Amino acid sequence: MNQDTLGTIFLNASLVNNFVLAYFLGICPFLGVSGKLETATRMGGAVCFVMLVSSMCAFAINKFLTAINAPYLQLISFIVVIASTVQLVEMFIKKVSPSLFRQLGIFLPLITTNCAILGLALFQTNKGYNFTQSIVYALGAGVGFTLALVLMAGIREKLELATVPQMVQGTAITLMIAGILSLSFMGFAGLGA
Amino acid sequence: MNGSRQSAGPSSTDEFIKGLWRENPVFVQVLGMCPVLAVTNSAVNALSMGLATTFVMVLSNTLVSALRNFIPKEVRIATYILIIATFVTVVDYLIQAVSLEIHRALGAFISLIVVNCLILGRAEAFASRNGVARSFLDGLGMGVGFTFALLCLGGVREIFGSGSLFGVALFPDGFQPWVVMILPSGGFFTLGVLLLLFNRLRTRQKELLAPVEGRAT
Repeated sequence: MNQDTLGTIFLNASLVNNFVLAYFLGICPFLGVSGKLETATRMGGAVCFVMLVSSMCAFAINKFLTAINAPYLQLISFIVVIASTVQLVEMFIKKVSPSLFRQLGIFLPLITTNCAILGLALFQTNKGYNFTQSIVYALGAGVGFTLALVLMAGIREKLELATVPQMVQGTAITLMIAGILSLSFMGFAGLGA
Repeated sequence: MNGSRQSAGPSSTDEFIKGLWRENPVFVQVLGMCPVLAVTNSAVNALSMGLATTFVMVLSNTLVSALRNFIPKEVRIATYILIIATFVTVVDYLIQAVSLEIHRALGAFISLIVVNCLILGRAEAFASRNGVARSFLDGLGMGVGFTFALLCLGGVREIFGSGSLFGVALFPDGFQPWVVMILPSGGFFTLGVLLLLFNRLRTRQKELLAPVEGRAT
């Protein structure tokens, strides 16, 4: 059993080992949906929610699979749970806000293949977190993801007004900005364990 | 799927070749970025990750293509993911059996092959519409192209970051490694620069080809 305090777990997941900038998880939506600040914030919210729900489910599944001694089913059951949660969120958003549904477009179903979520489920299992710790870890990871996404979107909105050489336009410049962001997030390294 | 068989279509070698350069999954399609950045801090890691992904992609492409007429349209994505997850579990245990060291270095990223958008993308965009042989070649080509891109990135990062390639030291003792290249930010920078070079190459190629195409049409 892991003895980390809840505060450390939260800080670790959101800043020190930021899922996007330190673990390279969830790069696809990070590059894809970070064009506009508003969409980025909402995408972050959706990912946060999916993370929370799937983290709880993953915890229960892991307990069950350990009990029946079938660890090889772990990956398959995790992905099924995540896929169904995403389906749920998709239906919910479609009902509540059709305009947001259109904005997020293909990236909404693609949350299923967002490695940050499966990564979260796998990491919390590896680290042996208990139920509360798992929830805090998921929350931290979600906040960290949203933070990275929102920062990136803010920079990219400003970037539209700047003259970027044609050769660097598109993904190349985005990646370089991500590099600088990641470099500055390393400054948090002293905070956590 | 009948359409592709009736029309002349690209040859089978073309299905293989396109993944290497023209539709390179990393440099052109910018898919499957997470493992590309995460495990390329050394060339060995990059190569093993590339091979594992190729293995999964070839097998899942083949199986998806073989089953394409039996999978109901509504649950196809879920089915694809299940197929992929099964093969990834196989690969996970396989790597663990072959080399524990590599298994430790790649860590959770072997399991995360499941959510590599490239594999799901190929299953949906290609394997579900084409025959078994073609899908096999497509998977192989994309896999090799993916491995090639990973190697480019892993090679560059290892040369500058630790002054070696595949563990063989390249520089004299006085060389001070650029630690930043092994760190996460180095991965972003290197991939950014590689994409930039690739963009440049492609625009130049287009400029050279443009007058020829203009005449043809």
